[in-house]
Amino acid sequence: MAGTSIMDSLFQRTLEDLIKGLRLQLVGESAFVSKALEEIRREIKSTDPHTKSTALQKLTYLNSLHGVDMSWAAFHAVEVTSSARFHHKKIGYLAGLAVVPLRHRRNPPHHQPAPQGPHRRQRVRAIATILKIFSKYPDAVRVCFKRLVENLESSDLQTASAAVGVFCELTAKDPKSYLPLAPEFYRILVDSRNNWVLIKVLKIFAKLAPLEPRLAKRIVEPICEHMRRTGAKSLIFECIWTIVTSLSEYESAMKLAAANIREFLVDDDPNLKYLGLQALLVVAPKHLWVVLENKEVVIKSLSDVDYNIKLEALRLVMAMVSEDNVAEICRVLVNYALKSDPEFCNEILGSILSTCCSNVYEIISDFDWYVSLLGEISRIPHCQKGEEIESQLIDIGMRVKDGRPELIRVGRDLLIDPALLGNPFLHRILSAAAWVSGEYVKFSKNPFELVEALLQPRTSLLPPSIRAVYIQSVLKVLTFCVHSYLLPIEAVASSSSCSVDLEPGVTDSVSGTECPESTDSPTCEALADSEQGEGFNPRALNQSIEDLSTENGADTIVTHGQISSSYSFKKDCFTPGSIASLFDLIETSLGPLSGSHEVEIQERVRNVLGLIGLIQGEIRGCLVPKEGNIEKKELKASEVITMMHDAFSEDLGPVPLSAQEKVPIPDGIVLKENLSDLEEVCGDIQFPTSSLFSLGRPHSGERDGVAPFKSQNKEESEPSTESTSLLAEHRKRHGLYYLPSEKKDIISNDYPPANDHKLQDNVNDDAEDLVKLTEQSFLTKKKPNQARPRPVVVKLDEGDEVPIAAKRPESRDDLISGAVRDVLLGNEVMPSSSRSNPSDKSSSKRRGKEKINIDQPSELKEDLANVVKSELGNPNSRRSKHRTRGKERKHRSPGKNGEEREENGQDKQKSSHRHARVTWNHHLGKAAENLNYKAPCNILFWTLRVASVGRAFNALELAYIYNISRKMKQIDESSYLQAWVCISRTSNAF
Amino acid sequence: MIRAVMVMNTLGKPRLTKFYDFQHVEQQQELIRRVYAVLCSRPENVSNFVEAESIFGPDTRLVYKHYATLYFVFVFDSSENELAMLDLIQVFVETLDKCFKNICELDIVFNYSKLHTILDEIIFGGQVLETSSTEVVKAVEEISKLESAANAIIPKSVSGWLSRST
Repeated sequence: MAGTSIMDSLFQRTLEDLIKGLRLQLVGESAFVSKALEEIRREIKSTDPHTKSTALQKLTYLNSLHGVDMSWAAFHAVEVTSSARFHHKKIGYLAGLAVVPLRHRRNPPHHQPAPQGPHRRQRVRAIATILKIFSKYPDAVRVCFKRLVENLESSDLQTASAAVGVFCELTAKDPKSYLPLAPEFYRILVDSRNNWVLIKVLKIFAKLAPLEPRLAKRIVEPICEHMRRTGAKSLIFECIWTIVTSLSEYESAMKLAAANIREFLVDDDPNLKYLGLQALLVVAPKHLWVVLENKEVVIKSLSDVDYNIKLEALRLVMAMVSEDNVAEICRVLVNYALKSDPEFCNEILGSILSTCCSNVYEIISDFDWYVSLLGEISRIPHCQKGEEIESQLIDIGMRVKDGRPELIRVGRDLLIDPALLGNPFLHRILSAAAWVSGEYVKFSKNPFELVEALLQPRTSLLPPSIRAVYIQSVLKVLTFCVHSYLLPIEAVASSSSCSVDLEPGVTDSVSGTECPESTDSPTCEALADSEQGEGFNPRALNQSIEDLSTENGADTIVTHGQISSSYSFKKDCFTPGSIASLFDLIETSLGPLSGSHEVEIQERVRNVLGLIGLIQGEIRGCLVPKEGNIEKKELKASEVITMMHDAFSEDLGPVPLSAQEKVPIPDGIVLKENLSDLEEVCGDIQFPTSSLFSLGRPHSGERDGVAPFKSQNKEESEPSTESTSLLAEHRKRHGLYYLPSEKKDIISNDYPPANDHKLQDNVNDDAEDLVKLTEQSFLTKKKPNQARPRPVVVKLDEGDEVPIAAKRPESRDDLISGAVRDVLLGNEVMPSSSRSNPSDKSSSKRRGKEKINIDQPSELKEDLANVVKSELGNPNSRRSKHRTRGKERKHRSPGKNGEEREENGQDKQKSSHRHARVTWNHHLGKAAENLNYKAPCNILFWTLRVASVGRAFNALELAYIYNISRKMKQIDESSYLQAWVCISRTSNAF
Repeated sequence: MIRAVMVMNTLGKPRLTKFYDFQHVEQQQELIRRVYAVLCSRPENVSNFVEAESIFGPDTRLVYKHYATLYFVFVFDSSENELAMLDLIQVFVETLDKCFKNICELDIVFNYSKLHTILDEIIFGGQVLETSSTEVVKAVEEISKLESAANAIIPKSVSGWLSRST
């Protein structure tokens, strides 16, 4: 053993040998390192401390520069630190730093925890270490906090500097606790001439000043004085920073700071310029004038060579944007973007997009302009902001009714350009454009052109998911075209009703029913009539539709004679020939895709083709028009198309994340506590995988998408009507459940409705529609006095943004500040210890003068004082005293969290009582809520599958599901259709 | 506090790394790589600050200086002044220059432990200890005296070791 040890130490390679070897090696670095590592593993086991420490040193080197893992050597590192030799110790600690997270680390070499060592260097090091000790062992605060405070006043510059540094770190984490030390810091601020110390003190004051206005008042002048006096840029910058972050309400100081910022901005040194811009950015929200004063420099900086400076300048430009200049600034920026390199170009576009959409498009008043800007941005060559543009296009579509015609126009231009399909960055935008053109096809000038664009050969370049959106849009456009062809008057009336006022009579009858489908559906008018007449009979409703709608149709022909003239082009273009060629086009382009391996595509293609197959026989049969409308209306196809069209033409609004919470749980639903038996019910169904779509009877499943509309099969079409009537019945009986509570309505009063202008008219109406009701909870009443003719933007009363959970301070920090408060309080109430130290006495006096309160209530102080007094004579009671304090503290300051938690706890208890009968609704709601609203289709579909397989839903639940599915329609219509199928299928059960 | 100090050459090879927060080795290597990727793409004569939040997490800044074939990089948080950190890099480099007489990359390669000694005199546990290079040089000389004194009385293990300590 001894022999090998000697041999080892004789022939051991030192670190220097290792480094040289590494540079000269011919075997390749990794091979050399692993060979060296082998040696080290052998050597480090040696009993000779020298061999061991050298091995460790080599290992540390390899670890830090070559990324070799050395966690296995942790114990060796600790062993080496225990060596008696200084040199070995040093190696050990360096290694320890790399291996062991501080939790396990002992105090480094020549430092004791209490900074009282005689040697200056030792003391400084101890102070520097103390921060880490505090953070790991909050109890250490009690031991050495006072000494640390004393060091603030040390005559030795380095010691004081180190102490200030420690306080700077501590204050940053929890400023409140250190307010009582303000007098000490103030003295340093006034007396010290050392820039390092001053900078740190300024940082402390930047944190303290906002907490205590009187303190802010006192420090303003000294800070300005420093700014005028000093030549050191770092100190000037720190002064600027302190003023702009914490003292911005002091006019004179701000002016001085602004002047200094300006100097920084015009300086040749890019560092100063960069920092100046950063300071400006902080100033911008409160004192925009400073930014405007330097506008030129900022704009010029947009074309700086330095990317950082460009970026800061861009942020500043965005900070200057207001409603009046947004168009102008965007124009300038887009021009910059065209000239910039791709990275900065996207940076510019990103900030345009995020600024414009902030706070629900607050600064946009002209949406036609903005939508066309989006279109323009999409075409910028380097644009990679597809995702943002996609979501904004859809969002504007849903929120801004007046923006839709322009949206359609922009969407059309994008879709129709075959060149764009080749650019993968644009695919998301195209997806949005396709969705928009499907959803708002009624504003389109030429729907046939849209279908051609959506089916052009180059769409094969799109990824399947987006192609699926395209195909779904084809379905919508197709429905629209056929509907317009079969029932031309209603179609015209519907499109005109959005922009043109209806004739009084019609308006009355429509608004009288308060029906959301009033815009376009005969069902609705039928509903109205049947109600006014023989009372509401949902079962009879569907049978009566045809006659009634025929009558109404005849009426509207008369009433809308003049209005529809402007749409005559549209009306004319739906000729038998054009419809036939539309069918042909769709069939030839989509036919080959019905065997696609992509489920989404295949399914949707089959939906479209199925619909065509369903209706085209009849339509082609009557392609030679005989008697006009009346005959067409009698076709089964008309019924199907009407239903489809109604389903698609209802407007979608944005959905807040908290939407489901607003829906109260209806009475009479008794459901299980949890869904534990769900797994039995759904058996082998796998959760959110996409294979869900092929479950059960795979092929019939696909056809199911169209099934409820299959007219040739009476048994199948029956349930669909039945479900509609059930729904209507449900609406009548239980509609009110889906009303938002009154309070919420009041809150949301500020925002005008997006979809329906007649909402207010008839609140008492019995036949309130389910869908309407849910809509009402998201949409809102019209603002009485709107100053500007800004288009209506639907806002949600809450929850437009994801709520950001307030970040709770780390418990460690709590502990430290708790301990610090203890000590500081102790300073005040324990005269015996603090009187022995004159400096401390004076400081506590000053403290009294400044009357800076910590958030400890005064009774607590007294309590403590009492405790301390009563127990002073008894050394054994020390511990109990601590405990009392701890308890008190828990109840007081940091206790806020605790109290909240307690309350929550109580709430939970209560609510668990309330929700003893947890319902399906609840679960569905939760599931939908937890997902953002593009994703949940799978979940919804899965739930519906479970529902239709496992058991029959009752009407309420169905309505509820329908309700959710309606809101989820946003992107994915096929699951919406699936929902219909499931609802109709399960409603057979009762 | 200062979060990390790195010295790397213009080819991205690390010459000295010190992380004052505990980081795993792989993480360290990754951070070094990403910092280098940012630095090497920056032209000459631009500002010395780099947005580092994407690399090191929130509330971090990065300042670097480019000397001949080396990048000196300091990563720090809002408790440090940007310009002061820039000065500190200067102090560090000056000290190296004094200790090695016209420092070049090779000195840094071959004097790994001395480099750490110097750095430890300037920054300790993430806190700035000393900002005067003369003081640092003095302290470093003291330490190496102490070391060689300790080494002189090593009874056994002779070879290699002695040559190293001289």
